[in-house]
Amino acid sequence: MRTPLFDAHLAAGGRIVDFAGWEMPVQYSGILDEHRAVRESAGVFDVSHMGEFFVGGPGAAAWLDSLLTNNAAALAIGAAQYSLMLNERGGVIDDLIVYRLGADHFLLVVNASMIEEDAAWLCARMAGGVEFENASAEFGALAVQGPAAGRIFEKLFGREMPAERNRVLQLGENFVVTTGYTGEAGFEWIMPAGEAASAWRRCLDAGAKPCGLGARDTLRLEMCYPLNGSDLSPDRTPLEAGLGVFVDLGKPDFVGKAALVAQKAAGVPTRLCALRVTEKAPPIRPHYPVWIGGNPVTETTSGALSPSLGDGIALAYLPAEFSKPGQEVEIEVRGRRFRACVRKKPLYQKQT
Amino acid sequence: MNVPENLRYAESHEWILVEGDTGTVGITDHAQAELTDIVFAEPPPVGKKLVAGEVAAVVESVKAASDIYSPVSGEVIGRNEAVEADPALLNTDPFGTGWIYKIRLSNPGEVEALKDPAAYRAQIGA
Repeated sequence: MRTPLFDAHLAAGGRIVDFAGWEMPVQYSGILDEHRAVRESAGVFDVSHMGEFFVGGPGAAAWLDSLLTNNAAALAIGAAQYSLMLNERGGVIDDLIVYRLGADHFLLVVNASMIEEDAAWLCARMAGGVEFENASAEFGALAVQGPAAGRIFEKLFGREMPAERNRVLQLGENFVVTTGYTGEAGFEWIMPAGEAASAWRRCLDAGAKPCGLGARDTLRLEMCYPLNGSDLSPDRTPLEAGLGVFVDLGKPDFVGKAALVAQKAAGVPTRLCALRVTEKAPPIRPHYPVWIGGNPVTETTSGALSPSLGDGIALAYLPAEFSKPGQEVEIEVRGRRFRACVRKKPLYQKQT
Repeated sequence: MNVPENLRYAESHEWILVEGDTGTVGITDHAQAELTDIVFAEPPPVGKKLVAGEVAAVVESVKAASDIYSPVSGEVIGRNEAVEADPALLNTDPFGTGWIYKIRLSNPGEVEALKDPAAYRAQIGA
């Protein structure tokens, strides 16, 4: 599948790879260069492959609250929240952003690889007074991220970018929200698919550098933002993933709640930990074995050379007793083990 | 794409400069462009005996690890510590300061099986 920006990616020198069935740019000028642009000025990412669902009707808020972990009813109109869709075991099916557009009108943005599965899962649990529409094919989306994103926002929309995160600006069929996946200031902009190419051009003209999936991954990993399918899985709960703040156990019920309550009572057995290599080592990659005290205990779920830090970094589910910052571990690369250390999240702290 | 005339090339994108019974090995301009930002390089230890086609070194970009195969058989007699310290040399100067290792050829006849510049140019469509 291709996004409305496929030709624009080729024109910008994008190197195309397969991502969950989508032909997406992994990089243009180079991952290090694009990463630096987002940390120091601004970059623009095509996120049109992500899914958009509209949920409406008088039962919409209560229906979302019966299915997702976060509290949709408590969400102010014009605000957005991170939320999770769980299975009965409390494992993660998908992570998503819920926008509240009106009292009875929500927009859900889901992962590209999960659009069909999420839509089927939601529709299988349909309730009265709820309307659901999978509008993924009708929308394009861009993420503009970096310290210069506010200036770009002003050029594009003729007003100041909200300083607060998770603010939604609706302009007809355009939805702009101050969210992102990089740790920088910025916004994500959802627009009708036919307007995506001109929106892309306007972002470039306003000074954003084209950035691909490669930089998106190194940027989010420095912030320890999980990636579904890598760091999140149907066999791991949000409590294990360190996402408890996005789970409202005070709600009457939601799919997976009972399992989470039981896990919390019994003690969360593993924690998704941030690791940083403490000696010269090859870049860390997903599925590298992690050793503690001479025993292999787990494997990395994500890993990279951090362009900002210059060291290998990774995420891994460690047994709770080994999950405290300062815990020493070893990461195995091609049969050799390299020293690393559990660090406080996020791994990258913006210099102020 | 730069394909110097004085080198021979392996299909797997290594080059070798043969001087007497000694060869200097690196990766081609085409290979470094494909790999992009190279952030790690590990040349083989001096004294290591390699068979043609065997993995001699590893280079890694931000995105992926790639094996470097020895184009010829022999014993490693030099390793470029500069690329270990500054792997970006593989991107900026792949045929010069970005060389990876030197090898004493045990079977110089193997060089004849490698591609000449014209054949390698044809392979990469340059």
